[in-house]
Amino acid sequence: MSSSAFRGTSDYIASPDLQAAVNVAVSLERPLLVRGEPGTGKTLLAEAVAESLGMRLITWPVKSTTRAQDGLYVYDTVQRLYDSQFGEGDPADVAKYIRLGQLGEAFAAPERVVLVIDEVDKADLEFPNDLLWELDRMSFHIPETGETVSARQRPVVIITSNAEKELPDAFLRRCVFHYIAFPDPAQMEQIVRVHHPDVQEKLLRQAMEGFYLLRELDGLQKRPSTSELVDWVQALAVGGIDPDTIVDELPFMGVVLKKQADLDIARRHMAIRARRAAMQQDR
Amino acid sequence: MFEGLFTALRDEGVPVALDEWLMLHEALERDLHESTLSGFYLMSRAVLVKDEAHYDGFDIAFARYFSGLEPAGDAVDDRVWKWLEENPHFLHISEDQRRRLDEMRDQLELDELLEKLKEKLEKQEEEHHGGSEHIGTGGTSPFGHSGYHPGGIRIGGQGRWKTAIQTAGERRWRDLRTDHEIGTRDFGVALRRLRQLSTRLDGPATELDVDDTIRQTADHAGQLRLAFRRPRRNSVRVLLMLDVGGSMDEHILLLDRLFSAMHQASHFRDLQVRFFHNCVYDRVYTEPSLHPRRSENTLHLLAQLDPDYKLVMVGDACMAPTELLVPGGAIDYQYMNEEPGAQWLERLEEHFSHAAWLNPHPKRWWETIHGAYTLSIVRSIFPMFELSVDGLDQAVRYLMVRR
Repeated sequence: MSSSAFRGTSDYIASPDLQAAVNVAVSLERPLLVRGEPGTGKTLLAEAVAESLGMRLITWPVKSTTRAQDGLYVYDTVQRLYDSQFGEGDPADVAKYIRLGQLGEAFAAPERVVLVIDEVDKADLEFPNDLLWELDRMSFHIPETGETVSARQRPVVIITSNAEKELPDAFLRRCVFHYIAFPDPAQMEQIVRVHHPDVQEKLLRQAMEGFYLLRELDGLQKRPSTSELVDWVQALAVGGIDPDTIVDELPFMGVVLKKQADLDIARRHMAIRARRAAMQQDR
Repeated sequence: MFEGLFTALRDEGVPVALDEWLMLHEALERDLHESTLSGFYLMSRAVLVKDEAHYDGFDIAFARYFSGLEPAGDAVDDRVWKWLEENPHFLHISEDQRRRLDEMRDQLELDELLEKLKEKLEKQEEEHHGGSEHIGTGGTSPFGHSGYHPGGIRIGGQGRWKTAIQTAGERRWRDLRTDHEIGTRDFGVALRRLRQLSTRLDGPATELDVDDTIRQTADHAGQLRLAFRRPRRNSVRVLLMLDVGGSMDEHILLLDRLFSAMHQASHFRDLQVRFFHNCVYDRVYTEPSLHPRRSENTLHLLAQLDPDYKLVMVGDACMAPTELLVPGGAIDYQYMNEEPGAQWLERLEEHFSHAAWLNPHPKRWWETIHGAYTLSIVRSIFPMFELSVDGLDQAVRYLMVRR
């Protein structure tokens, strides 16, 4: 493959699976759909791809109210009406009131860019379907001005999803797909080291043990993920915590578990552990 | 090329369409797999599989097509497995050797490699370890394990260098399968009835109402007055609770249809699905397998869900009276419920402003059926409707009444 292939960056570790998926998508000019648990670095991936391919990154964060149209262009009717009312601006020129959205911007860019459509599953179910044609043809028409915006260079499109909702088949068929599995301990260690190159060996071991212990607790609403561990190691290091106490006391637990109910579960678990330890000492 | 893989994938239930197959060939033409089998594995998976639940099926199909891996037991027979399992040698190679082998990576074509493996399987008569030609361990031949050969085929053993196409045989995506998908795709009637759940009662007014704007502007002698209206969005959220215990088996088809109709009714703002066995107690299950590891605390669930969720319970409500009325009466004998089931049902009903129970038994049987006693208790707690098109329609109407 050409030398411009994606191999991860100095602060983003990409598995061979992921590298292959990215390179296939880039080369075939198909959107890359990345799915995985929250916190496994889906959004960071886009940044890493942009960095390593030397392209500009355009981010389109999707919310529950986002419509496909927003990404193409917005026609500011209200502004135009006001301008015509008060004789300001140039209401005769429709084009002045057309603003390109992120997708439009990516198409219009003179160079090849990376466009990330972040958390596509947050939006309405019809949202991906509404984008099919535009993503396929990489062009769209603006009826107000009679203009057609076409991609000069087909952007690298990365779509992330938390898999909360099913995506339509027609949409999937056009994508290259990759599922980011939760990293195994060895990979996890590597990732943490990238973020904290100077971390104390012992602190890292203990933090990892504590982290996997918390992650495996039953009934968690939001299982902690990579980003939580990275933050936790930071907090433990800055807080000057004695590595020997980490697994027993789980300090700064709020960095790892974000929901009150989850913290309660962990506290109960720790109480049980403490009782058990006390019983063993009595014996 | 590789049509066999296509068929194998379809056989494994991986929904591969022609579009994707053409995409794969486009990728092949551009040599995106770098002429290696492992490259081909990753590339074809990225292009052909669109759901992590199908990774496992893909692995099986891939392994079967490029036989020699586990599922193709007849190609790699016990004889070969024995060579590989007994006396495994581990290879220690120098950096220099490794570099030379890496250079060889591209020299061997995929088809050639498979051809060669086939040949070896036919001819090799005894075990070989530490060599560079035959199937064995700790060597630099492309076949076997614990050795080093870029782009080779690992058979058994543990992946050490992660260069060979070892992953297919490992089936590490097994846990992500969702075979037990409940659902057919054609219960259009229920779907249509459920559409009545749509509402435009709440939500912010964000859409410009052109007609009203014109009217109001005219009313104000041409001075611009903007009028907005609520976009047509649905605000209905649903919690669906399904009884999947033994006595519900006979209704499985009916349940399937309801379930898929609910899922296809994509207009809900949110749809939560939980499962239970006969009655709800302090834990509900997130999967129909009713596995305790896939369960959650009922109180937590209630705390998470706003009372404006519409609760739809589905069950036959026929059980032993103790299951409803006595602490510890839950049907799963290892399960100790401290409060009787009826109390949990009341708690559920009280939490949500709208709740209904759908019973797969026809209404005319309710008085006389085996289990009529508990059915009548459940009916005193939940408004009950029969699970038929008409019953569903009534339930939906009931759920939409303002309270």
